[in-house]
Amino acid sequence: MSAHAETDCLNLTLNIWRQEGPHATGSFEVRQLQDISTHMSFLEMLDCVNEDLVSEGREPVSFDHDCREGICGMCSLVINGQVHGPQPETTTCQLHMRHFKDGETITIEPFRAEAFPVVRDLCIDRTALDRIITSGGYISVNTGSPQDANATPIAKPDSDLAMDAAACIGCGGCVAACPNAAAMLFTGAKVSQLALLPQGAPERESRVLSMVETMDAEGFGNCTNEYECMAACPKAIDVSHIARMNREYMRASLVGSSP
Amino acid sequence: MAQQLDSKCPSGPIEERWTRHKFALPLVNPANRRKYTVIVVGSGLAGASAAASLGEMGYSVLNFCIQDSPRRAHSIAAQGGINAAKNYPNDGDSIQRLFYDTVKGGDFRARESNVYRLSEVSNNIIDQCVAQGVPFAREYGGMLDNRSFGGAQVARTFYARGQTGQQLLLGAYGALMRQVKNGRVQVLPRREMVDLAVIEGQARGIVVRNLVSGEYERYSADAVLLATGGYGNVFYLSTNAKASNASAAWRCHKRGAFFANPCFTQIHPTCIPVSGTHQSKLTLMSESLRNDGRVWAAKETGETRRPSDIPEDMRDYYLERRYPGFGNLVPRDVASRAAKIECDLGHGLGATGQAVCLDFRDAIAKGGKDQIAAKYGNLFQMYEMITGENPYEVPMRIYPAVHYTMGGLWVDYNLESTIPGLFILGEANFSDHGANRLGASALMQGLADGYFVIPATITAQIAGRSREAVDTNHPEFARIEESARTRNEQILSVGGGRSAESIHRELGLIMWDKVGMGRNAAGLQQAQKEIAALREEFWSNVRVPGTSDHQNPGLEHAARLADFLELAEFFAADAEHRKESCGGHFRDEYQTEDGEALRRDDEFAYAAAWEFNKVGQPATLHKEELSFEYVKLATRSYK
Repeated sequence: MSAHAETDCLNLTLNIWRQEGPHATGSFEVRQLQDISTHMSFLEMLDCVNEDLVSEGREPVSFDHDCREGICGMCSLVINGQVHGPQPETTTCQLHMRHFKDGETITIEPFRAEAFPVVRDLCIDRTALDRIITSGGYISVNTGSPQDANATPIAKPDSDLAMDAAACIGCGGCVAACPNAAAMLFTGAKVSQLALLPQGAPERESRVLSMVETMDAEGFGNCTNEYECMAACPKAIDVSHIARMNREYMRASLVGSSP
Repeated sequence: MAQQLDSKCPSGPIEERWTRHKFALPLVNPANRRKYTVIVVGSGLAGASAAASLGEMGYSVLNFCIQDSPRRAHSIAAQGGINAAKNYPNDGDSIQRLFYDTVKGGDFRARESNVYRLSEVSNNIIDQCVAQGVPFAREYGGMLDNRSFGGAQVARTFYARGQTGQQLLLGAYGALMRQVKNGRVQVLPRREMVDLAVIEGQARGIVVRNLVSGEYERYSADAVLLATGGYGNVFYLSTNAKASNASAAWRCHKRGAFFANPCFTQIHPTCIPVSGTHQSKLTLMSESLRNDGRVWAAKETGETRRPSDIPEDMRDYYLERRYPGFGNLVPRDVASRAAKIECDLGHGLGATGQAVCLDFRDAIAKGGKDQIAAKYGNLFQMYEMITGENPYEVPMRIYPAVHYTMGGLWVDYNLESTIPGLFILGEANFSDHGANRLGASALMQGLADGYFVIPATITAQIAGRSREAVDTNHPEFARIEESARTRNEQILSVGGGRSAESIHRELGLIMWDKVGMGRNAAGLQQAQKEIAALREEFWSNVRVPGTSDHQNPGLEHAARLADFLELAEFFAADAEHRKESCGGHFRDEYQTEDGEALRRDDEFAYAAAWEFNKVGQPATLHKEELSFEYVKLATRSYK
């Protein structure tokens, strides 16, 4: 797929998804791009496209981006059919043009899932993920005077595993990569993080039941062990967190705490 | 208009001030709180923690953010850690010492009372975050781990790998979403504040533009909280996120909120250097890397070899040489300026000569690659992703970049601006870091303001003042909505030949060259002229295609740039007026014989709070004199 470019500059053909709004019909716009430095990031290449469009008197392509350092989770492109492009463990904003070849055609689309309607061009609406968190993805503690931070020791392996899960940036790439458009990796990561920590224990049952219920209601699919989510995840979140969520769900269903 | 600046700082012993001040503030009956609406603009550490805490207390909160989710605010990108005076490592830390280090680190341009309060609540923040499930790094016994960070001689920094900001923000975001579920907070994403409604002298609401539909929306409230971050993107290239902007703060300034110390900007010493003219932002490499990495430049000028090919005796470990006491761990302003001096003298490395090395060779030889990978693995990975070079094998190339703005809207001890009812939190205010912020203190301040300060002080407005009921049909809302609309339509109608992007890049070059790390009177005057001319060009020659009745990223950028073009000139004027060197503000004319900053306490021991007059005309200076009762004014030395 990807290869280090032999030259410092690339000429590219782009197929870019353009769509005026959620209900409009979208289509690909084909554009030629000359002299793209291999040191550019993918989004800097798109900046060049937008500069060209402005000089033609046309509106720039809308695409979500913000931190451009792989942590905010805004960027959300499917590049040549791959979520966040060809590099493993890399968000779109951290993908660099040195991984593309001179003369290559690059197809750029938004993340596609029923629960992520297109806002405009390459921008999508991911508020469904916020609603999953709202249903229980936290520990219910008010600001005030909790006990001293070191009052409850937490074994380092548990804490480290919780951190692995907490590294999720909420980009939704797992959903876009899944043939079922499931949000199991996203939801599982949060359930797993809080299930691994003693602070999460009091709401253990109600949390997983509520979050799974919301996930289903938002139109996300179910897991059929394709592992595409893990392959696409820019933070390499492991599918074992889905397994832990499933165990938590089974346990909660048996213990019988209602959301 | 001669307005007296009253900082409302309590008097008496500093360790009792916050407690006594809270006792003196009025209270709002829990049953009545839901009747009061509070607007919180921004959802970073300060905004999310404030909105969540006020929601928990029972207020009706409206929380706005420009991203699609409150979880994406730029606090998320903070890497290194958060300070607290827990003294878990038993190495002599205390509230007193954190206070002392912060006042000194800020080069004596912060308010003592505020800094003491910040140190005092720092421990509560760690307790709060752990209770929320923030997975801070731990030791094998299960206790929290600490590290020394950015010039501190105690280990007081708590961290979650290289993603501390992310984990703290997700903790606050969880608390916020819990209040959404409880019906106390309404989150309104993809909205940009375009103006503040000041009615009968009080901040009573805002007008926002919906970034999906393009429509203008009005919201009224009993108080408005601004937690919209800093203005580093006035330099175009910075470590800020692309959407980070000054517009909300600047428009409040134009409505009467004083803006303090705009020239106090932090240039972070360890960022990945610029690779070409296409560069759209800069990426920081956490300062924690300086705990193990050694900084060096070429001993001779005109060095053309690749850094890894330069032999040991041709390397100059200039921080260790110049500052034997602190070595590679000197504070940010000192480290940044030293790097600039090396490069200016021709000792820089790489193709552009605008870089120095941060080298892990010795640390890897001593502790092994695995130990370095465990500490910094994700940072090394990020470096390789961006540069294509493997820092386990070759030295990192680094250069300073604009990172944080200590200046901001002026606030009193209650975090209230000069507009009653308008409170400013986090990086958007000016109060706690003086002329230089210490590493791992931004996260501390954002969360201190949101979790612990504002829940107490907001009653100064809610219960402390009477006001009429106001709704969004008030004529002031119609007036400011119309002015925002007209301004955007004006931008669209220019139809010139130049993109906002190219004008913003030019503004950035002016700022970096003349208002960056080395400033002088002639350069600053020249910068003000060039900025004014560029602003003229913007309004006569910018080209922003399309319309405003839907999402239009070109218009959004241009509107923010229009504000930066006003702020930039004001910024340079403040830098010109401050005829001394302190912290992040270095004036070539004011330095000691060995090139260190020369502070002039006799004339400049004040916060410069500026009152807006008119675009292109000088602002009016109001001085808040700073007194140092507990930390004696002294020259900073890290030798």
